Amino acid sequence: MKPVLQMKDVSVSYAPDTYAVKNVTTDIYPNTITAIMGPSGCGKSTLLRAINRMHDLYTNIKTTGEITLKGNNIFDMNSMEVRRMAGMVFQQPNPFPTMSIYENVLAGYKLNGIRLNKKEKDEIVEQSLQSVALWDEVKDVMSKRGSFLSGGQQQRLCIARTLALKPEILLMDEPTSALDPISTNKIEELLLELKDKFTIIVVTHNMSQAARISDNSMFMYLGELVEHGNTTQMFTKPKNKRTEEYLTGVFG
Amino acid sequence: MKDKIFRFLLFFAALIILLLTAGIIFALVSRSTEAFQEYGIWGFIANPEWDPRPATEEYGALSFIVGTLYTAFFALFLCVPFSLSVALFNGEYFKGKRISSFVRSIVDLLAGIPSIVYGLWGFYAVRPLIIDLGINAQGFGIFLSSIVLAIMIIPYASSLSTEFISMVPNKLKEGAYSLGATQFEVIQNISLPTARSGIVASYILALGRALGETMAVTMLIGNTDRIPKGLRDTGNTMASVIANQFGEADGLKLSSLIAIGLLLFVITALINMIAKLVMKKVASI
Amino acid sequence: MSLNIKTSIDSRNGKNKLIYILVCLFSFLAMIPLFLILWDVVSKGYKNFNINLFTEVTPSSMDALIANMNGDPIPGGILNGITGSILIVGLAILFSVPIGLFIGIYLSENRDKKFAGLVSYLTDLLQGMPSIVIGIIAYAWVVKPLGGYSALAGSVALTMMMLPMIVRSTEETLKMLPASYKEAGLALGSSYTSVVFNILLPSGFGGIFTGILLAISRVMGETAPLMLTALGASVVNWDVMEPTSALPLLIWDFYNDPNLVELVWSSSLLLLIVIFLLNWIAKIVARKWKV
Repeated sequence: MKPVLQMKDVSVSYAPDTYAVKNVTTDIYPNTITAIMGPSGCGKSTLLRAINRMHDLYTNIKTTGEITLKGNNIFDMNSMEVRRMAGMVFQQPNPFPTMSIYENVLAGYKLNGIRLNKKEKDEIVEQSLQSVALWDEVKDVMSKRGSFLSGGQQQRLCIARTLALKPEILLMDEPTSALDPISTNKIEELLLELKDKFTIIVVTHNMSQAARISDNSMFMYLGELVEHGNTTQMFTKPKNKRTEEYLTGVFG
Repeated sequence: MKDKIFRFLLFFAALIILLLTAGIIFALVSRSTEAFQEYGIWGFIANPEWDPRPATEEYGALSFIVGTLYTAFFALFLCVPFSLSVALFNGEYFKGKRISSFVRSIVDLLAGIPSIVYGLWGFYAVRPLIIDLGINAQGFGIFLSSIVLAIMIIPYASSLSTEFISMVPNKLKEGAYSLGATQFEVIQNISLPTARSGIVASYILALGRALGETMAVTMLIGNTDRIPKGLRDTGNTMASVIANQFGEADGLKLSSLIAIGLLLFVITALINMIAKLVMKKVASI
Repeated sequence: MSLNIKTSIDSRNGKNKLIYILVCLFSFLAMIPLFLILWDVVSKGYKNFNINLFTEVTPSSMDALIANMNGDPIPGGILNGITGSILIVGLAILFSVPIGLFIGIYLSENRDKKFAGLVSYLTDLLQGMPSIVIGIIAYAWVVKPLGGYSALAGSVALTMMMLPMIVRSTEETLKMLPASYKEAGLALGSSYTSVVFNILLPSGFGGIFTGILLAISRVMGETAPLMLTALGASVVNWDVMEPTSALPLLIWDFYNDPNLVELVWSSSLLLLIVIFLLNWIAKIVARKWKV
């Protein structure tokens, strides 16, 4: 099977000679969930944000190396295209407060200037909300603002908003860290269902979450990718000493 | 004991504001009653005649109300592209950058220039351009006043809207970028709608400024006491007619001028109140 | 499965660039008037910007006419305006600073009281009041009862303009101070009065002083309210009950007198220098004594 995402020597620096991510090289395969773990400040979010070129928004951040998404070098592509192909879900749920729930799901289309007719819109909204198991909860309050929902619902709305654009991969930056255990549980179940259709990379500081949902795990430390492999294997027989120390709670 | 006296002094000082306001309203109302009694409130407001000749003496405020609204709204219209650009420049495109604090201090300096200096500049530097453009033979009029007024209110409109635009949470903007939007699409669909109430409020406040602006307008509007026929025409605003004719006025004319002052006070107070109500909506988002 | 909307990307990028350029262009254009005004005032004002300007009073229109005909510089200066501005603004500072400070302290200390809400609202109302209306008020309160124009009447008008600005800056500054400052003082057994004067006001000095300086620079150039109150005078006057000139009033006189019009630029230059200097000092103070 061909990898959907390949990284070669990816480094990210916030200032000259201070690297948040150093020479990361790895492959991600389709229809898997990959968890990126590591102590805070290890560069896991920074690496994730390099994949959809989020760092382009800040002129002081420089990304080097090669990232290919479905065989295309993302730095040769238009950043707008890259971001649409690599959907992102953030730590804090961020539904757009000026838009209704319905409009939030379609926000990607509106932002990209894609015109849809009413039937297409309804279809996309229902399908997207169904796929995050939010449809039944909100189908009667579609015109309410997104901020009216609970934190967990808001996060699922944000996932639906991302899925509506049919991305190739789904990047999630600690998507449950701002949520309560029940909402967290729902999102985790959701991710396991979504992996049939999407490739998911999820940054998490929660080891048990990584163990529960991921097929593969990456362990990062001080900006470097220390270990990347099958999750079960990594949790039972880590190859690297630092991975073992982190997993056993020596630091982190 | 000492604390008690001090607390009382603080309270008393605050009371002064109350007394000042009451005194202001009393002074304006009591000194304009003569005019209102003569013509009736509505009769005074709706009458476009302003004729100080003793034989045919007659006073009405309509010409100046129309002149004021004309100049202020046209100035507001002219200032929008500039002040909105400055607000986006400082609050979005170059937020937190050096260049933005430079632009900010330049715009602050514009706010510091006294009205009378704007008037001089308008008279000597802008008026010839208006004549050259053939808008008006003398140069004076609504058009000239509004141009200078627009420049004067850019700092007011832009500084407050900058605040509101830069307050739009980064997580919303990142959310929009991650869906593939360009910066302009983020501004159009996220930043501006989120900051909308605040931006509207800052333009209402800028309008309030323009309505009450006196010296520059007095020097540039041409001072004719009738309803202006258009943007090219001369006229008078409520503030400029007071500045122009207060010195030599007495009796019914003085009372009529003060009545115009009262109307101006009420209008600006209403404008400020509306701006405050709109801004309250911002806080609720 | 992926969406095919590649075709529109070029036009969207184009639009994005275009708007960016327009925003930069219009921001640039918005700044131009400052430089045009400064250029106008400096290039026309420096000729008469000499020592006479500061040592002599306004010449009569006749003397100026003769000097103009002989091609001589206009004899005389604007000393009466400078002293008048000092007198009127100085008096206004004396009135507005203590009252403004007290009201500001009151508002920051009684945030939740209904009365404070009302006072705060009225302060905004005063701040939004057109200066010409303030002129009318001072005319009705001072000029009419005292039977004549005076520096005092001018000061009352300027006080009304400065007061809300000082109240606001004091209130905002004190509100930004951490509550622990006050609590620490009170915990040491200090009286409330001493906490305000020894802890709160000194800690907020930068913000409060900046506010006062900006208020002064604002009223320094006010013309309209002074026309209705202080009127103007061609001599140096220190009597608060007499009509008095001020820099902006002289500019207005010069503008209206073809013989004296040469002086309009040098006096505007002086006024701008004073105002920008006050702004500059305010900026330095704000930076140095940051809360």
